[in-house]
Amino acid sequence: MTRRNKIKLAIFIAVDALLVGFSLWMMARPEFHFGNFAVLNPKGIIALKERGLMFTSVLLMLFAVVPAYFLLFYFSKKYSAKNNSQNKYSPNLESNLIGALIWVVPSVVIFIIAGIIWKSTHDLDPYKPIESNIRPLTIQVVALRWKWLFIYPEQNIATVNFIEFPKDTPINFELTSDGPMSTFWIPQLSGQTYAMAAMSTKLHLMANDTGEFNGLSSEINGQGYSGMRFVAKATSQNDFEAWVESIKKSPDILNEDQYNELEKPSENNPRAYYSMVEESLYNNIMMKYMIPDKAK
Amino acid sequence: MQKPDLQITQHNDSKTILGFWVYLMTDLIMFAVLFATYAALKTSTFGGPGPSELFSLNGALAETLILLTSSFTCGLAMLAAHRQNKNQTIIWFLVTLALGLTFLGLELKEFSQLIAEGHTWQKSAFLSSFFALVSTHGLHIAIGSLWIVVAIKQIYSRGLTPFITSKLTRLSLFWHFLDIVWIFIFTIVYLMAKV
Amino acid sequence: MSLLFGKLTLAALPHEWFTIAGTVSMMLGGLGVALFLTYYKRWKWLWTEWLTSTDPKRIGIMYFVVASLMLARGALDAGMIWLQQALSVGSSHGYLSADHFQQIFTAHGAIMVFFVTMGFLSGLINYIMPLQIGARDVASPLLNTLSFWLYVAGAVLINLFFVFGGEFAATGWLSIAPLSGIEFSPGVGVDYWIWSLQISGLGSLLAGVNFIVTILKMRAPGMTLMRMPMFVWTSLSSMVLVVSVFPILAMTLILLTLDRQFGTHFFTSGFGGNPMLYTNLIWSWGHPEVYILMIPAFGVYSEVVSTFSQKKLFSYKSLVVAAILITLLSVLVWLHHFFTMGAGANVNAFFGIMTGVIAIPTGVQVFTWLATMYKGKINFKQPMLWFVGFICTFTLGGVAGVMLGIPGIDFQVHNSLFLVAHFHTMAIGGALFGIFCGITYWFPKITGFMLNERLGKYAFWSWIVGFFVSFMPLYILGFMGAPRRLDHYDASLGWQWLFIVAGFGFLIICLGAALQVLQIIVSVIQRKESMDVTGDPWNGRTLEWATSSPPPVYNFAIIPEVRDRDAFWDMKQYAVIARSAADEAILSESRLPRPSDALGARNDTQKITYKDIVMPKNTAIGIYISACTFFFGFAFVWHIWWLVIASAIGAIVCLIVRSFDEETEYVITAVEVEKIESINKSSTFPM
Repeated sequence: MTRRNKIKLAIFIAVDALLVGFSLWMMARPEFHFGNFAVLNPKGIIALKERGLMFTSVLLMLFAVVPAYFLLFYFSKKYSAKNNSQNKYSPNLESNLIGALIWVVPSVVIFIIAGIIWKSTHDLDPYKPIESNIRPLTIQVVALRWKWLFIYPEQNIATVNFIEFPKDTPINFELTSDGPMSTFWIPQLSGQTYAMAAMSTKLHLMANDTGEFNGLSSEINGQGYSGMRFVAKATSQNDFEAWVESIKKSPDILNEDQYNELEKPSENNPRAYYSMVEESLYNNIMMKYMIPDKAK
Repeated sequence: MQKPDLQITQHNDSKTILGFWVYLMTDLIMFAVLFATYAALKTSTFGGPGPSELFSLNGALAETLILLTSSFTCGLAMLAAHRQNKNQTIIWFLVTLALGLTFLGLELKEFSQLIAEGHTWQKSAFLSSFFALVSTHGLHIAIGSLWIVVAIKQIYSRGLTPFITSKLTRLSLFWHFLDIVWIFIFTIVYLMAKV
Repeated sequence: MSLLFGKLTLAALPHEWFTIAGTVSMMLGGLGVALFLTYYKRWKWLWTEWLTSTDPKRIGIMYFVVASLMLARGALDAGMIWLQQALSVGSSHGYLSADHFQQIFTAHGAIMVFFVTMGFLSGLINYIMPLQIGARDVASPLLNTLSFWLYVAGAVLINLFFVFGGEFAATGWLSIAPLSGIEFSPGVGVDYWIWSLQISGLGSLLAGVNFIVTILKMRAPGMTLMRMPMFVWTSLSSMVLVVSVFPILAMTLILLTLDRQFGTHFFTSGFGGNPMLYTNLIWSWGHPEVYILMIPAFGVYSEVVSTFSQKKLFSYKSLVVAAILITLLSVLVWLHHFFTMGAGANVNAFFGIMTGVIAIPTGVQVFTWLATMYKGKINFKQPMLWFVGFICTFTLGGVAGVMLGIPGIDFQVHNSLFLVAHFHTMAIGGALFGIFCGITYWFPKITGFMLNERLGKYAFWSWIVGFFVSFMPLYILGFMGAPRRLDHYDASLGWQWLFIVAGFGFLIICLGAALQVLQIIVSVIQRKESMDVTGDPWNGRTLEWATSSPPPVYNFAIIPEVRDRDAFWDMKQYAVIARSAADEAILSESRLPRPSDALGARNDTQKITYKDIVMPKNTAIGIYISACTFFFGFAFVWHIWWLVIASAIGAIVCLIVRSFDEETEYVITAVEVEKIESINKSSTFPM
């Protein structure tokens, strides 16, 4: 090894050590605890299955990926022109066996993944209600510029940028929008679904644990996009009932005027609670876009 | 043995014809998007009248017959061109042009009637998609008509040289293509409104 | 006034720091170029030799120049995005407003896809493809200049918002409806987006038609479809996709324009409009577009791995089949961009499986390239390094891609930074590395001298390290539930450090780009020592290496006859045999076989008789029509209706005038050809 190469190697090792050290130091930082890895740290039955699917698919793909990486580096070293004296150079090589393997390996992996896709897509369909003995809770979601309005039709209350629901209870979300398209996403509980004007989409989820979970829109929808966040709090059944009672005491009610006020664009909207909601407000919001005399 | 010059011209000709076909396919995809849009938005009348109330089959049938005839006369013009009969070529292209313009006139009349009755493209998604589809075809007919005018001028001043006939071949392809697209419009927009 | 200038008023002139900065830098740049040209009296030269040229090689180089400028613009945007995201956390709100931030990432995406990657690839195809098929030109030289100038018109328009209006679309690079509708985006930003894409898209469409005809009709005698080099195959695949899907983009943009300016209701929420229709249409163009960018890069890698392993491509048929399969399948997967729209399990599963299936031919390609390296004699020159780097990134990106294609996983990572990391892995590690691979590979062919090897290697290592440092944190952020396009986030989420690390990666990438610029400068300065006199510096396999570097305007003095897939390799083998049998003297000169020797040997005689060559004349019609189109788009943005009509008439008149012109070609006589051939053996960059 020449002196120059030694220096190069030393620099290389130093840089590597620096990078590894930096990574370790970062991992030790308080923000870096596992709980912050929302997608990998699920607290709901759907998100848990989605994480499992992630692990399975990556594991399967390793069957194609590991050989690819290995062969790349092995061939790069072994068949390098510098290093070729002991190897057979065969400039016109063709091989039916290798040719077949090249097609078979990726096909088999993808074939298995295709099976998983078919099964899991039906299993994890956001429209599919969650089976449970407990009566589900319905929450209607309206994406506004730039806040989330939640209506509890059975409880006849409404909230802005905050929801609470009991754990181990299936939650049926119905989503619409009174503005641009947004996506409704609580990473620790389940995947996303679009909220779109003039129509209603569905999302089913269930929390397995109590706690406060971040919710957001991940679809760009205008200026206030980044501030359009909410908190989803999963509690015990009793706590939930007590919470509903406390909201019932709120002085604000959500009638048409109040809604028209709320619907105006605003950024980083504070939480709000309404003890009463105008009847079929959710439907009326959709109808605005569908019936000529109500159209804006 | 052929003259090398002629070989080059023929070779170029086959390239331009292939290129023109590829272009026509792209245009067809544009129309396909409009057809898909129309199919998706046909029922979105927003409370207004739908296809069955708005469209008259008679007018569309007249337009169809006119356009089919123009395709026929365009074919006659091409036959004349291949016979190297300059005058007949020009006459048949003039007839084609007249039919094309009549078609455009009828279409504009239909549009103006709809608009006069208040059925503008702003009224509903269905009307938007109707106007977009039919007027895109109309715009093509207008461009084709302009092309015929230029072609007639070229035949008149230069005669039916290989250079000109090659251009005429493409013009006639374009015109027949518009005819085919119209058949689809007639079927999907007008006929299906009545079934 | 409004009749004359439409919506354009004095208030639209630059008054914010970034619009002033943009305007001033563009004016200074323009002024600098103008001064240079005036001082060296190069205006006429520029016009006759370059701007009006119909030579695909010169058009190719012009594509490279414009794409490089746009790359600088796009990279500047990337830096601004990174800086905002690293700074704007908790109580701090960074240095950009939300609106401005959103405009920057929209411009970044649109520029990088339309004007950088498309530009470089069009340049490569223009320069290399005709050489590889043994042609002298493309099918329609006029259409070719027009395509290029439409691309330039689009590029100018996307930068013009600095000067007029000061506002770009803030809607994301695909401007999803109804956000891009007039109700939520009333300004001119979305109109600038529409028209710059529309005009450059029209250019791409025309280029697609042109290249398809070129490949199908103008191959050298003996070059059957199954003897075409892989880059030609992939160019063909890519162009077939262009002509299949760019019409969809064009029509979708027209419908959006109608919505915005004429009150129609295609994509509005009310009046029966259907925003989901827009999402479907734009992605049924948008997904194939990704493959339009990727497939030619696959071709470049195939050429490079075979040349530098000094080996025939392993299982060429597999690669051809894979390219065709990818082309076909790519139009069947668009829905995977919106699994979260509630399409139902059967539909989602179908598109998920199709997405998985497209990974099969892609995986086959990777293994085919690896098998090509097997038992080869691999020279690790720069292009080969880019190839190895590509396999490293692309495999990773492929895994992420299959994950995103599984609906159950997509629900969790859709629109997250995981997605951003994935498509940058593909766009940078796949397409851009492919472009660098191609440029370093063909650089000696284009300029006549070699690229500095050492600086190139430093640049490569900076790029690859910078890439991983930049985008691994984004994968991690995706798992932390970070959505894309955030201009501000909470400190408690613990994301800031990762954004800062990603920023370091960006700086390392910038270092790599700077090294590449330095590399080109150094190579130009040292060109005397690194001249490529053979025309075949890499011991190449395909026809572009059979002519001098740089090639003469007519590419080949004598159109070669092709007997084998690796046409030039075959000629060289044949020449060696012929020579050793016939003439010991040439062998004793102990130099690489010259292309003319090889070609001569093919004719079994050392004496070559040249013939007259017919070439297309230069034309400025492309520039005039593009200028009209540019004004058409600009007038539409600002509702200057008289200019819309005037420029439309202008473009049509140009077309009609041209249609009367029969004298579009000129002849290079055999004597001239002979003279050029004797000089050209050691020529330099075409000045």
